[in-house]
Amino acid sequence: MYFKTKGYRVFNVFNTILLILLSIMCIIPLVHVLAISLSSKAAADANLVALWPIQFSLEAYKKTMFNPVFLHSIWISVLRTVIGTAITLCLTFLAAYPLSKDNSVFKGRNIYSWIFVFSMVFTGGLVPFYIVIQKLGLIDSFWVLVLPGAVNTFLVILMLNFFRGIPKELEEAAFIDGAGPFRTLFTIYLPISLPSIATITLFSMVFHWNSWFDGLLYLNNASQFPLATFLQTVIIQQDMSSMSSSPKEMELISQTTVKAAQIFIGAAPILIVYPFLQKFFVKGMTLGSVKE
Amino acid sequence: MKTLRKNWPFHVMLLPSMIFLLIFSYVPMAGIVMAFQDYKPWLGFTGSEWVGLANFRYLFERQDSIQVIWNTLVIAVLKLIFNLFVPFIFAILLNEIRRVKLQRTIQTLVYLPHFLSWVILGGILIDLLATDGFANRILSTFGVQPIFFLGDNDWFRFTVIASDVWKEFGYNTIIFLATLAGINPSLYEAAEMDGATRWKQTLYVTIPSMIPMVAVVGTLALGNVLNAGFDQIFNLYNPLVYAKGDIIDTFVYRTAILNGEMGFGTAIGLFKSVISMILILLSYRLAYKWANYRIF
Repeated sequence: MYFKTKGYRVFNVFNTILLILLSIMCIIPLVHVLAISLSSKAAADANLVALWPIQFSLEAYKKTMFNPVFLHSIWISVLRTVIGTAITLCLTFLAAYPLSKDNSVFKGRNIYSWIFVFSMVFTGGLVPFYIVIQKLGLIDSFWVLVLPGAVNTFLVILMLNFFRGIPKELEEAAFIDGAGPFRTLFTIYLPISLPSIATITLFSMVFHWNSWFDGLLYLNNASQFPLATFLQTVIIQQDMSSMSSSPKEMELISQTTVKAAQIFIGAAPILIVYPFLQKFFVKGMTLGSVKE
Repeated sequence: MKTLRKNWPFHVMLLPSMIFLLIFSYVPMAGIVMAFQDYKPWLGFTGSEWVGLANFRYLFERQDSIQVIWNTLVIAVLKLIFNLFVPFIFAILLNEIRRVKLQRTIQTLVYLPHFLSWVILGGILIDLLATDGFANRILSTFGVQPIFFLGDNDWFRFTVIASDVWKEFGYNTIIFLATLAGINPSLYEAAEMDGATRWKQTLYVTIPSMIPMVAVVGTLALGNVLNAGFDQIFNLYNPLVYAKGDIIDTFVYRTAILNGEMGFGTAIGLFKSVISMILILLSYRLAYKWANYRIF
C-alpha cells in the first residue's frame, strides 16, 4: 500500500503542516481584528496587538453599542435580510418548479428560460439601471434594497436542478389523486425540498447581509443605511459625515479599537450562521453544478 | 389553447418573477439609448441631443479609459488563472489527508473568507497591510523594508490578486473535491497493482480525471473576464493607485455617478455588456461542447 512507503510518509507530514498553515492563514485576519477590538486603546494605537488582546478591555464594544446610528443600521440590515430573503425564496421556489419540467410537458418553458438566461448574460449597465430606480421613485426608499435583486437566476437554477432530482412517480401519483400543480408543489415538493430551500435561504441571507453598494448608491441619508453601507462609509471611506455630527462621536469612530469592534460585529452574523450554512451549501453547490 | 388551459398554473407561478425581471432587467436595457446621446437628466431621453457614436469615439480617445480596459483585462485574467490552479492543487493535496476530522476542519476554515464581504475584509486588510500594519511587522522581522501594499502602483495589482485568491481558493476547491470523490477507486487499485507510486497515481489517474472539470470551470470563468471585481477594488483602492488599479466598473461609477457624465458612462457600460455577453455565450457553448455542461 502506497501510504506505508517512507517517501509517502514524509510527504504526508509536510502536506499536513502546509495545509494546516494555509487554513490558519484564512482566519488570521479575523483573529487579528478580534484581538484589536478587545485590547485597550493605548495598546492598539501603539500597534502592539497581534493575535491576542493586550490589556483586555470591552470598552470598544460598549461604545459601539451606545452608538444609535450603528444600532439603527443593524436594524435596517436585519429587516432587509428577513424581507429580502422571504421574497427571493418565494419567487425562486415558484419559478423553479415550472422550469424544471420537460419541454414536452410545459411548452412555454424554453421561452421563459431564455428570458431568465438573457437577463443574466446581458445588462443595461449601471447608469440606465440607476435611472430606472430613480423613475420608479425608489431612491431613498427601503424597498430599493430588497426589490431589484429579488429574482436571482443562479438560485433558480440551483432549485430547479434539485427539483429535477425528485422522482417523477411522486408527482404522477399526486396527479392521479387529483392534485393540481400548486397543490403538488406545496404539499409534495415543499417538504422534500427543505435541504435545498435551506441552501437558498442561507445564500440569500449572506447576500443581503453583505450588500453595501446599493445602499451607497440609492440612499442619500446615512440614517437609512444598512450596516454594510454604514461600515463602508465609515471604515473604508473614513467619511465621518455619515455619522451623527457630534464631535464626541467623531472621536469615537476614529479609534482603532472601535473600528475593529464594528468590523467584527459586521462579520459576526456570518460567523454564527456559517457552521449551519456549511452543512448545506457544499451539497447544494455540487448538486447545482455537477451534472451527469 | 388546450395546453394553455392545462398549463396555466405554470404561467401563474412564473408571473411574479417575470414582472421583476421585466422591470429590473429588461426596462434598463432600453436605457442603453443614452449611450448614443449627450444625456442630460433634466432633458430626459426624448429631449437630450443625439450624438451618434461620439461617446464611443471619446472612449477610445481618452488615455485613461484605454488604461482602465487594460487594467481590467490584466487583473481579471490573472485572477482567472490563479483562481483555477490554486484550488486545483489545494484540492489534490487536501484529498491526501486521510484523517477525516482534520480534513473537515481545514475545509471549514478555508471556505470561511468567501462568505465575508469585501467591506469587512477591506476594513481588515487596509489595517493589516498598512506600512505600520501587522503584515509589515512580520516582514520586518525578516529584515524586509516596509511595503506599501495598497498605495503603491507596483504592489496594488499583486495585492488585489493575492487577496482575491486568498478569499476564494477554499470555496473554489469544493467543485474539485466533488470531482475527486467521483473518481472510480478501481482505477487507483489497478494503478497500484501495476506498481505505481502515489505520485504516479496522481499524475496518471487523478490529474487526467480532473481535466474535464478544470476545463468547465475555466471556460465558464472566461465569461467573467471583464468583471475584475468591483466590490474588492472599490473597497481597497485610492487615488494613489488609479493608474494600475482602476477597472471598468469603478471607472463607470466615478465618471457617470460622481462626475455626471451619464452618456459616456452608459457607453462604457454597453461596451462592457456586449463583450461580456459574447464571451459568456461563447464559454457556455464551449463548456457544452467539451464537457456536455448545460446551465439550464
